[in-house]
Amino acid sequence: MTPTATLPPRAGLGLKPEHYAEILSTAPDVGFFEVHAENYMGDGGPPHRYLSAIAERYPLSLHGVGLSIGGARPLDREHLKRLRRLIDRYRPQSFSEHLAWSTHETAYIPDLLPLPYTEETLATVAAHVCEVQDTLGTRMLLENPSTYLLFEESRIDEIDFLAAIADRTGCGLLLDVNNVMVSSVNHGWDPVAYIDRFPLDHVGEIHLAGYDETVDGEGARLLIDAHGSAVRPDVFALYRHLLGRIGAMPTLVEWDNDVPAFPDLLAEATRVDRAIADVARHALKVA
Amino acid sequence: MSRTTTALALAGSLAAALGALTVPASAADGQEKCYGVALKGQNDCKAGAGTTCAGTSTIDFQGNAWKAVPAGTCATMTAPDGRMGSLEPLERDLPKG
Amino acid sequence: MSAAITVNDFAAALLGPVATTPKGVTTARGRSDAARFAVYRNNVFVALVDALAARFPVTLRLTGEAFFRAMARAFAADHRPESPILARYGDRFPDFVEGFPPAAGVPYLADVARLEAAWTDAYHAADAPALPAERLGDWLPATLTRPVDLHPSAHLIRSSHPVGSIWAAHAEAEVGPIPSWTAETVLIVRPDADVQVHRLPVADSVFAAALFAGRTLADAAEDASADPAFDFGRALVGIARLGAFIDPFSE
Repeated sequence: MTPTATLPPRAGLGLKPEHYAEILSTAPDVGFFEVHAENYMGDGGPPHRYLSAIAERYPLSLHGVGLSIGGARPLDREHLKRLRRLIDRYRPQSFSEHLAWSTHETAYIPDLLPLPYTEETLATVAAHVCEVQDTLGTRMLLENPSTYLLFEESRIDEIDFLAAIADRTGCGLLLDVNNVMVSSVNHGWDPVAYIDRFPLDHVGEIHLAGYDETVDGEGARLLIDAHGSAVRPDVFALYRHLLGRIGAMPTLVEWDNDVPAFPDLLAEATRVDRAIADVARHALKVA
Repeated sequence: MSRTTTALALAGSLAAALGALTVPASAADGQEKCYGVALKGQNDCKAGAGTTCAGTSTIDFQGNAWKAVPAGTCATMTAPDGRMGSLEPLERDLPKG
Repeated sequence: MSAAITVNDFAAALLGPVATTPKGVTTARGRSDAARFAVYRNNVFVALVDALAARFPVTLRLTGEAFFRAMARAFAADHRPESPILARYGDRFPDFVEGFPPAAGVPYLADVARLEAAWTDAYHAADAPALPAERLGDWLPATLTRPVDLHPSAHLIRSSHPVGSIWAAHAEAEVGPIPSWTAETVLIVRPDADVQVHRLPVADSVFAAALFAGRTLADAAEDASADPAFDFGRALVGIARLGAFIDPFSE
């Protein structure tokens, strides 16, 4: 397995088609860009043209949303081949996917769906991660999910489940702090304790995003992983807590719905870069 | 017409059209504008959009599609003869305003 | 295999026609919650409807947001994406629109949707050099008796409505008038960086349609010859200059 170059320990942004031209003409100081792999699986045209130009100038993170690693079904070989072609073409500094499933019979379901945590699903997911890493020839990062429901048959704690996958497969983990907050509020967990128990040695990237808020059927607070706003203050505070423990780490700001003008996105990246610089300064003082 | 004469006629027609391509620029401009009409439209950068890994709290209610009435620009678009974009009168009343 | 069964149940409830909550799910309170499951179901439909709205923006403006979303949701209920590449989702949406009774009062709607579907196909099509019109002379003798090699991005829409003009009228915030309400044949092609949409001359529409149907140049010319205004050389050079043919001589 070829060791993948790593992303810089800075703020990165999701690359959106409406910002292609502005990024190329203004050359903003952004640590890296991340794209959803499935948006670059056409044969040619402007998406590839722009991505090639941007990947020449910035480190690139490839983030898959459709592999269904958490599903019971065998992985889609055609989809793996498409991912391999993208990795060979763009040589991204990171490839990541989700602990979730998104296929049913022959249909693709456009959402990241939750799975029960059992010995059986642990074995399946570990086998899938191994197959992905072998086929793509690279180490991958697996992302912790945001969930709205639990399964009666779950027997393994989510953090233990992720740690076991990393131990068994050698994969890294992507720690989505917004997902930690969403799931913690939805299931009555302590988000700080989640971060403190997480196997941080395996983490290769952090995600941040904005959540939406509603209530469930019994009037309890329910957070939704909406990616349609700036990072919420409680998530940013949790992120600072994480940085204090983990140190400087590549951190993506995800903003996929109601995408703002590029300067607003850049302002989020600047805020994250400052938080990373703060922790680096603090680490120097301690040393 | 036999196959051969057809081929000759087509080749001649093409030669004439290709000949017109080499006419000096000022005359060729007129020629160029003759073929087809370039249309400018609105499909732009969103064509790359699609895959998602984000949720939403905005509920998309499962309305009854069979009771829905088209009420966009088709109801106001005009043709030279005064005809509207909805060619047949809509069976139901359009929402006012 | 219990986890697989639980997940299968979850998927069936997610995609079923009526909202139900699957077995085996729970909350920290120890009981299931329909509103929480509805979040997943809503996400799936919103994602599919949004994917269609992104691919068919003029169809949406023609019908209005409420009608479009209802129509798109009806489509999504019966048509699941077959792959995670959602830019391709909706290939069959124009045919669905054509057969959707509430849209019958807007008879050109399906053809506008066809133009928009072709536009995205052209946008994502393989890159390839187009045949320069000047090279047609070298190319013609060998090509008269076989189908031409169309550019991978090239699509032709023949409509009994002014489909190109209607589409173009929506380029600005204020929808412009339709200059002439007649049948139109539209060529969509991306010879280089940008997708281009051209209204072809009326006399060439039969010829162009024959080429796109895989007829040979000679047969297409014969099909079109009934119209005295048709001129083979002018039509072939014209269509080639728009970039509709692939260059068979390039690497």
